[in-house]
Amino acid sequence: MKIHIPSPLRVYSNKQDTVSVSATTVGEALSALTTKHPELKKHLYSDEGKLRSFVNVYLNDEDIRYLPEKDATRVGEQDALSIIPSIAGGCSPHGGLAVRSARRAGGTGRTGGCASRL
Amino acid sequence: MLKLNEQIYDAIRRHGEETYPNECCGVLLGHSANGVNDVEEAVRAGNIRTDSAHNRYQIAPQELVRIQRQGRERGLDIVGFYHSHPDHPAQWSGTDLAEAHWIGCSYVITAVEKGVAQTTNSFLLAGTGEDDKAFENEAMKVAALEAERC
Repeated sequence: MKIHIPSPLRVYSNKQDTVSVSATTVGEALSALTTKHPELKKHLYSDEGKLRSFVNVYLNDEDIRYLPEKDATRVGEQDALSIIPSIAGGCSPHGGLAVRSARRAGGTGRTGGCASRL
Repeated sequence: MLKLNEQIYDAIRRHGEETYPNECCGVLLGHSANGVNDVEEAVRAGNIRTDSAHNRYQIAPQELVRIQRQGRERGLDIVGFYHSHPDHPAQWSGTDLAEAHWIGCSYVITAVEKGVAQTTNSFLLAGTGEDDKAFENEAMKVAALEAERC
């Protein structure tokens, strides 16, 4: 089956955007991926071995976290896994990071990136 | 550097005006090479942070999977994202950095003041991982204007 690698992680997959693995379950597929490309592991999993909170893995169109059998879900040659880091943000401060981040953010002395069109 | 044409640039800014006073968000598809994120298409996405849409945005992962697949079928990759800051500067916030994970991608922010798009800036998410990621000011070139904006 194929595993689609997002652009930020391709530096750890020999620049491949798709990696083919042989597996019968989701867990086996991910294990085969990190065996082939060991450096991917720390970017996908926490020190406790759990998928990082901002890393989403989809089996076709289903989030594997919500599959009834999760990692044990069976897969076939025609299935595809997609690794998708989350996309979020906004102009509000971020919880405990607010003070530290605000010091680094643009509004506190950091100049803007580009000129206004107006 | 971020490259895009004027039509895409205008579409991004217009999206922010349409969703005001809430944040808009979307995905930039194109090609990335030699330090340039070259945008061929901006795809609108829904903001699922309906609980706080005026100052937060989030793209549903399943929508991102779909956009990525549609792009891949046309030979396009995800090279960046955009969102708006209603009545707030076009600067990345602590939230933006904390929740940014696509290293090497461009994050475009448009300030929308009282419903009218103002400054649009681009920031490159640099680094090697969560420990050292940082936003860098990124030059933006709008093709039709043939003028570098930084």
